[in-house]
Amino acid sequence: MARAVTPRRKAINTIIAWLVGLLIFFPILWIVVLSLKTEGDAIKTPLEVLTSVWTLESYAVVQDRSDYFKHFSNSVIIALGSTLLGIVVAVPAAWSMAFVPSRRTRGILMWMLSTKMLPAVGVLYPIYLLFIELGILDSRIGLVVVLMLINLPIIVWMLYTYFKEIPGEILEAARMDGANLKAELIYVLTPMAIPGIASTILLNVILAWNEAFWTLNLTAAKAAPLTAFIASYSSPEGLFYAKLSAASVMAITPILIMGWFSQKQLVRGLTFGAVK
Amino acid sequence: MATQHSRSIARMMLAPATTLLLAWMLIPLIMTLYFSFKKYLPLRGGDLGWVGFDNYVRFISSSAFWPAVATTLIIVGGVLLITILLGILLALLLDQPIWGQGVVRILVIAPFFVMPTVSGLVWKNMFMDPVNGFFAHIWRVFGAEPIQWLSHASMPSLVMIISWQWLPFATLILLTAIQSLDSEQIEAAEMDGAKPLSRFFFIILPHLARAITVVVLIQTIFLLSIFAEIFVTTAGAFGTKTLTYLIFQRVLESQNVGLGSAGGVYAIILANIVAIFLMRIVGKNLDR
Amino acid sequence: MKQIQLKKVSKNFGATEVIPPLDLDIEDGEFVVFVGPSGCGKSTLLRLIAGLEDVTSGQILINGKDATEMPPASRGLAMVFQSYALYPHMSVRKNIAFPLRMIGMPKDEQAKRVDEAAKVLNLTEYLDRRPGQLSGGQRQRVAIGRAIVREPTAFLFDEPLSNLDAALRVGMRLEISELHKRLDTTMIYVTHDQVEAMTMADKIVVLQSGVIEQVGTPLDLYHNPRNTFVAGFIGSPKMNLLTGKEAEKHGAHTIGIRPEHLTISTKKGGWEGTVGVSEHLGSDTFIHVECKAFDETLTVRASGEMDLSYGSKVYLTPDASNLHKFDENGMRMS
Repeated sequence: MARAVTPRRKAINTIIAWLVGLLIFFPILWIVVLSLKTEGDAIKTPLEVLTSVWTLESYAVVQDRSDYFKHFSNSVIIALGSTLLGIVVAVPAAWSMAFVPSRRTRGILMWMLSTKMLPAVGVLYPIYLLFIELGILDSRIGLVVVLMLINLPIIVWMLYTYFKEIPGEILEAARMDGANLKAELIYVLTPMAIPGIASTILLNVILAWNEAFWTLNLTAAKAAPLTAFIASYSSPEGLFYAKLSAASVMAITPILIMGWFSQKQLVRGLTFGAVK
Repeated sequence: MATQHSRSIARMMLAPATTLLLAWMLIPLIMTLYFSFKKYLPLRGGDLGWVGFDNYVRFISSSAFWPAVATTLIIVGGVLLITILLGILLALLLDQPIWGQGVVRILVIAPFFVMPTVSGLVWKNMFMDPVNGFFAHIWRVFGAEPIQWLSHASMPSLVMIISWQWLPFATLILLTAIQSLDSEQIEAAEMDGAKPLSRFFFIILPHLARAITVVVLIQTIFLLSIFAEIFVTTAGAFGTKTLTYLIFQRVLESQNVGLGSAGGVYAIILANIVAIFLMRIVGKNLDR
Repeated sequence: MKQIQLKKVSKNFGATEVIPPLDLDIEDGEFVVFVGPSGCGKSTLLRLIAGLEDVTSGQILINGKDATEMPPASRGLAMVFQSYALYPHMSVRKNIAFPLRMIGMPKDEQAKRVDEAAKVLNLTEYLDRRPGQLSGGQRQRVAIGRAIVREPTAFLFDEPLSNLDAALRVGMRLEISELHKRLDTTMIYVTHDQVEAMTMADKIVVLQSGVIEQVGTPLDLYHNPRNTFVAGFIGSPKMNLLTGKEAEKHGAHTIGIRPEHLTISTKKGGWEGTVGVSEHLGSDTFIHVECKAFDETLTVRASGEMDLSYGSKVYLTPDASNLHKFDENGMRMS
């Protein structure tokens, strides 16, 4: 509902909006600054920080000393793995509910949503115990499965809302044109759904990357992704601001970039289509 | 809308997802219920037999319970209040024509993408540290004594950190809702002589009601299970122990699984009460 | 030869019966129009023939063979959908070629057929565009192109013109009729617009609540409507259906007289009335008249221009040979 306003009004709005935006963004900006300083400089007053020398040494230190790469690749594997596995399970489910709805479809969708609302802490011990029994505590495969399961409702829902927007008549046209189910899925549905599938993947990689309950409680040294690695800085020794900043910047940058691309899908994915 | 053949295929394609989710929901849930009726201390004797509702009574009557409830309510209530009020203001602001709207939008939503452990630690160390934190430096510039944020003002600090993370979510959803408002409605109100303030209260706010409800419900569900932010900042000290955190401590730190499981059942019930309201709204939307 | 036969075909959605058992024969090369108000089951009937819905009971024969259990693809029918249902991610060329690709026709043969169809439909210069870049009328042509390339046994059209604006609709109507004359293939066409039905059909099937009210040629339906529903549905403006004492005088419960079969005069005539609103179309004038003899308002169609002021007194005379009589069940009395 943006409407024409006077240039003066627009200028004032612009200034306010930019100030507010920068204020909100400031903590992120500040860790970028600190990550480019030496440890000694990073704890000085803000003015001294800004005027001190800029250096990339913290990034080098983080890479060298703390298996950063291992945790980073754990994050990548867990986030991507759980999302892709989720997609494989969710695409057929969403297809069937969107295009062959039955009286139970609505109930199934709502039930899936309700599993997402189960508080994790309520089932912490059973999962912990099962992980020990199955020997997958502190393993990437264990986390891939758990994160796939907690995000599966969101994946199904998002795909469902995207598939819903594909007119059923097009699939019927394909059927009339002689396509069997396989051809219908490969040549017609999938190409049309690619944008939707892509944004579903994007949002779920973000959610899995940032998940910080199961990743903290089910991993130790071996499978810990970045969330857990960063958490290890909560009781550090010595000077660590620059290192923590560098590690944080590296941990959040890929997701920030993905997040900016998925703004629109974010609303849809996280409100289950209740706000469009 | 389909033939018998496609219906049976559809059922087959739905089965993996429903089976997995059913297992994921039922198995742990049943285990939690099972443990909650047991005295079960894995490190101190293991399974010590059935105790009926003892754990449920003990969980509620423990001295830590009511403070945890209060803490949970303060966090949920405080964060909701801040994110919704600021969210509406921000959404209205971002809806105005401004130069560089896209960039400002990006700046505003960025905190949502910062992983909880990072935001917890960054705020704790770089901003709220009473010696080297950014705030401490600012306070000193004005000659004031730096505040011991996370120990002396632990709750406001936590609410602030969590609000910073969730403000983008509220803003983004409210902005989407505002943008879906038919501009002719506003123009009609203008023609009817409505001043900006009354346009806001009579047209925009009612239009946002649904989006606000959705934000409240979804945030409530997530905020009830806030964990990492507390884990890395205060670790539950200084009166920041929420229900979630209390259960976590009972189960994994003191390994009193029976007691923790009873707490878990309470948490599940609490979340379900909120969930029912959210599902109603989402469900209504399904019909349209 | 009877090409498509429905035998006691019925359809239920859950507990609701959408189409009670009905029989219908469609001859080879015929242009059949299913017409009726929305929700009358005409689209469902078409989809049953297409195989997009299962019949609840009964049999569908295509070319004498039982097709009841066949999937849509094997029935040899082509369908043009209301929304055109073009594949948005494929070029026009690929859209048209899709059915040929599905039967595994060699590429060069495909190309030849697509080019031919495109020429017939004036689409040659748009072949490499995406459907999104075309106008409504062009999309419609692509949908038709996709249907004709595979040389089907019959074409099914599901309200194909309802998304076009009025001017285009008239043009496309002619094109489809033209196509039918040229291909001489059976076409089944669903519409809620009786003008489309009248202008295009060899045979009209009037449906209401899943029941066939009447089957016949357009003029047959116009002159001999079997009941008041068909009488009121076919023809524009609608037939005046009148009840009361005047009707009883003719020995009927309801009498029907088309607006074009009423003569209007300011001096004398059978029924006295006052002029309401007049609609001037230039070629005709539609005059709405309140008559003392009836509760209903009558519509009169006068040729050319006729200037009658609102409220003035007029007399209407029906053309006796075109007066339709119906009994209390709404059925025609012969």
